Amino acid sequence: MNVLVCVKRVPLTGGKIVLTDDERAIQTRHLGFTVSPHEECGAEEAVRLIEKHGGAATVLTLGPPEAEEQLRDLMAIGVDRGLHLVTDGAEWDPQATAAAIVAAIRQQPEQQDLILFGNESADAGNYQVAIRVAHALGVPVVTGIKAIAVEDQALRCEQEVAGGRDVYRVPMPAVVTVKEGINLPRYPSVPGRLRAKRKPVDTISPTPSEPRLEMVKLKLPEGSGKQAQILGNGPDAAPAVVEVLAEVGVL
Amino acid sequence: MSVLTLIEAPDDELSLQAYAFAQAIEPDATAVTIAGGAYAPAAWAQAVVDLIAQRSPSAVVAPGSDRGNEVMAHVAAQLDQPMAANCVSVTPGDPATVVRVRWGGSLLEEARVHGSPLLVTTAPHAVAAAPAPEVETIPAAGNGTVSVTEHVAATTAGVSLTDADVVVSGGRGVGSAEGFQVIEELAQLLGGAVGCSRAVTSAGWRPHTDQVGQTGTKISPEIYIACGISGATQHMAGCKGAKKLLAINEDGEASIFASADYAVIGDLHEILPAISAEIRKAKGT
Repeated sequence: MNVLVCVKRVPLTGGKIVLTDDERAIQTRHLGFTVSPHEECGAEEAVRLIEKHGGAATVLTLGPPEAEEQLRDLMAIGVDRGLHLVTDGAEWDPQATAAAIVAAIRQQPEQQDLILFGNESADAGNYQVAIRVAHALGVPVVTGIKAIAVEDQALRCEQEVAGGRDVYRVPMPAVVTVKEGINLPRYPSVPGRLRAKRKPVDTISPTPSEPRLEMVKLKLPEGSGKQAQILGNGPDAAPAVVEVLAEVGVL
Repeated sequence: MSVLTLIEAPDDELSLQAYAFAQAIEPDATAVTIAGGAYAPAAWAQAVVDLIAQRSPSAVVAPGSDRGNEVMAHVAAQLDQPMAANCVSVTPGDPATVVRVRWGGSLLEEARVHGSPLLVTTAPHAVAAAPAPEVETIPAAGNGTVSVTEHVAATTAGVSLTDADVVVSGGRGVGSAEGFQVIEELAQLLGGAVGCSRAVTSAGWRPHTDQVGQTGTKISPEIYIACGISGATQHMAGCKGAKKLLAINEDGEASIFASADYAVIGDLHEILPAISAEIRKAKGT
């Protein structure tokens, strides 16, 4: 089977977010970058599916030239090839993003049986690109999936809900969005990293349409204004902690 | 001006918050729910699309839940209209302006929405729930779409993270899977649940079901005891609902202290056994 996984390059924000002067982006000068967490699991799932059922896995990203780093990272864990929709780094809205992904998929010679996304990106969290892609391609879509099994040309997909799991049976080709926890992504090996350097990455330069969800500016939420009460240093703080637990009413 | 609100169930907390949000746009907002039967996202969305065609609302509001966001994204895709997910406020207009959450609530975005009707979902707990409105039931539309075919009940073991009054969590500072013994001991004494940070699940020390955070479980205990957790935005997005936060960390400069109500500075492997011993003493066991 052929599996395509769509991922996004996002900054590693750490403990405190700092904005750029124009308040339209996160200050990333001192930050590293990574793949959005749900999508990292999507890439691992793509690799596991082709290890089990044969075929090829492709990773697609829409992002700046530097996003090739994320494509190589995922090729190092076993994805076969990359597809890079290169932008100038400005953020695209969900409709423009979905349209570019659909156009890129249609350009590819081989048909994809499964197109994986993360349930939502870590940064923008728009919850819609995968569903828009599925509608444009005319294929079924299920979201927030935590287990995928191939059963007679269909996918058995499990979704965590209150009190257990809901199961969907989805004919292929299909779009599936996954959540972290579907698997534990492997770390790339040194030979994997070396192989990744030689794997092919095709580039496309799409043009964005006017944003219809137009970001004006970002702002940090008001701080909690909390001033932590220091209960003490080391084990001597234990009686003060127990007092707090009694006050809160959990003892 | 008419506003439709999609209600998941008449007593669903997030749906009633969405209704309160809709009433801020139009006090006479209509509440609709889709008739029972197996959940089928595209069929539910088709019913909403049909209703939009009949009634031409100026806005449609749904809760920022898994299903609320999913159904609304189907509606938006089908109508080829923009959708703003997880909004905390909206100013109607042409274009409408919304404020929505990013990074699981660590950042806010002001955005213009160029489309009609305005399609929004509401960020959980951005507004207080409205009293239960009268809800109109409409049938799901469309055949042969993907639907839930089976439900597998969870095998319950102990207190769940989402329901626990006390959650005791460990981060990278715990050092190893075995290191969680002191966390488990305290959680058990308090009748609480064990949680952890993303660094811990990535290291394979705990299962992902224990993970508190933006991509894990969102918790709302009476008190959250975070041990050896630095306080990355990813983690804080999952524990914002906690009423009180007690942070235990060796590093007095850890960013988690900025969000904490109570702080203990030092080695968790010395502090937690001391707390457990003190609780046993207090209980006289």
